[in-house]
Amino acid sequence: MFSYQFDWSVVTSGQYFEWLVSGLKITLELSVWSIIFSFLLGLIIAVMRMSNVRPILWFSHAYLEFFRNTPLLVQIFFWYFGSYQILPKAINDWLNSVNFEFAAAVIALTIYTSAFIAEDIRSGVRSIPKEQMEAARSSGFSYLRSMRYIILPQAVRLTIPPLINQFLNVTKNSSLAMTIGVAEITYQARQVESYTFKGFESFTAATLVYLGLSLVIAGLMTLYNRRVLSPMMGGK
Amino acid sequence: MEGGLDFGVIWTNLTYFMVGRYPGGPMGGVLLTLYLAVVSLIISFFGGMILGLMCVVRNPLIRYPTVAVVNLVRGIPLLLVIFWMYFLLPFVMGRTTPESATVIAALSLFTSAYMSQIVQAGIEGIPKGQTEAALSTGLHPWHAMVFVVLPQALRNMIPSFVNQFVSMIKDTSLAFIVGVSELTQVATQVNNRTMIYPAEIFLFIAIVYFIICFAFTTLSRWLETRLAWRKAI
Repeated sequence: MFSYQFDWSVVTSGQYFEWLVSGLKITLELSVWSIIFSFLLGLIIAVMRMSNVRPILWFSHAYLEFFRNTPLLVQIFFWYFGSYQILPKAINDWLNSVNFEFAAAVIALTIYTSAFIAEDIRSGVRSIPKEQMEAARSSGFSYLRSMRYIILPQAVRLTIPPLINQFLNVTKNSSLAMTIGVAEITYQARQVESYTFKGFESFTAATLVYLGLSLVIAGLMTLYNRRVLSPMMGGK
Repeated sequence: MEGGLDFGVIWTNLTYFMVGRYPGGPMGGVLLTLYLAVVSLIISFFGGMILGLMCVVRNPLIRYPTVAVVNLVRGIPLLLVIFWMYFLLPFVMGRTTPESATVIAALSLFTSAYMSQIVQAGIEGIPKGQTEAALSTGLHPWHAMVFVVLPQALRNMIPSFVNQFVSMIKDTSLAFIVGVSELTQVATQVNNRTMIYPAEIFLFIAIVYFIICFAFTTLSRWLETRLAWRKAI
C-alpha cells in the first residue's frame, strides 16, 4: 500500500524550491496589502456603525451582515468575473493595466476582512468608558474629532490583538486567491505536485510555511501583550 | 456596463441552482451544499467532542499530541486540508475516494479542530466546584464529566456551535476546487456556459448563501440572549 518514494530534494532545492519561495512572497504581499486596506475600511465602517444617523447606521449594518455571511470564494469570483459589469470603465481599465487577478483578490479579501475588523474595532471602542466621550464632547470636540483624538487612539491599542489574529486569518484566506490564478503558496504547492507527483513533499512544504507564519504571528501577539497591553491595563 | 444587470439567466437555471439534476440524477446546488454541511456538522460535532475531551485529560501522552494536531489543523488553510485529503485518502483507503467524501473528510477534520476549542472552553467555563461535588459523591471522573460537567457545558456551547455551522456552510464553497457540484461549482458552470452574466450569477448565489447563513446567525444570537437570561435566574 505504501509504495511511495520520498524525495525531499524536490522541494528543498532547484526550480520547484524557487516556485515555492515566489509563492510565499505573493502570499505575504497579498496578505499585507489586504490587511492594511481592510484595517482602513474597517475603521470607517466601525465609525459609521456607531453613528446616530439612521441611513449611515443601516448601510453599515447591512454591509457587516452581508459580507460576513457570504463565502469569501463567492466574493472573489464576483469581483474577478463580474467587476467589468458593475464598475465604471475607468476603474476597469486601471485594473487591467495592473495585475488584475492580484487586484481582484486584494479587493475581495479587503472587503471580506474589513467586516470582521470593523466588529473588532467596535468592541474595542465599546470597552472605552463612556465618560471619555462625554468629557471630549463637553470640552468642545465634535463627534468625529472626539473619535479621532480621544476614543480611537485608545481603542486601536485594544484592537491590535484581534487585528493580529485577523492578519493570521488573512494569510490563510489568501490561499483562495489560487482559484483565480494568483500564484501564491498553495497554488505553487499544487503546481509542484502536478509537475513532479510529489504531493506529500510539496504539501508538507506549504503546511510548514503556514505553520511558520502562524508561529511568527503568535509570537508577535505575545510580545505585544507583554510589552504594550499589560502595562497599559496595569496602569489603569 | 451597458443595459445594467439582467437576472433572466437566474430564472432559466433556477432548478439547476437549487437541486442540480437531483430527482433524475445526482444532487447538486443548494441541496448538495446543505447536505455537505449537515453531514460534516454531525461528524465534526462528535469529532470536536472527542478532540476537546482529549485536550483536557490529565494524561500528557494523550493531551499533548492532541493539542499539537489541533493546532496544526488550525494553522493551515482549509484549502490545504482539502488538498491533503485529496492526496492522502486514496493512499490510506487503498482505493479512489469520491470527491464529495474527500470534502466531507476535510471539512470534518477542519471543523472538529475548531469545535474542540469550543468544547475545551465550555468545559473550562464550568466552575470547578461542580466536578469536586460530583467526585465527592462517589462518581468516577469520567461519569462526573459525562453526567455533570458536559451537560451544563454543552448548553453554553450551543451559540458557538451554530456559529461554527455558519462557517461550515460558507466553507462548503471550497468543494468547488475538487469538482463537487455544490452551489459555487454550479454557478461557475452556468457562468462558463452563458459567459456574459457573471455579476448576476455570483450576486445571486451570494444572496442565497446570505439568506441561509443569516438565518443561522440570527438563531445563534437569539439563543445567546435566551441562554444568558436563563443562566441569570
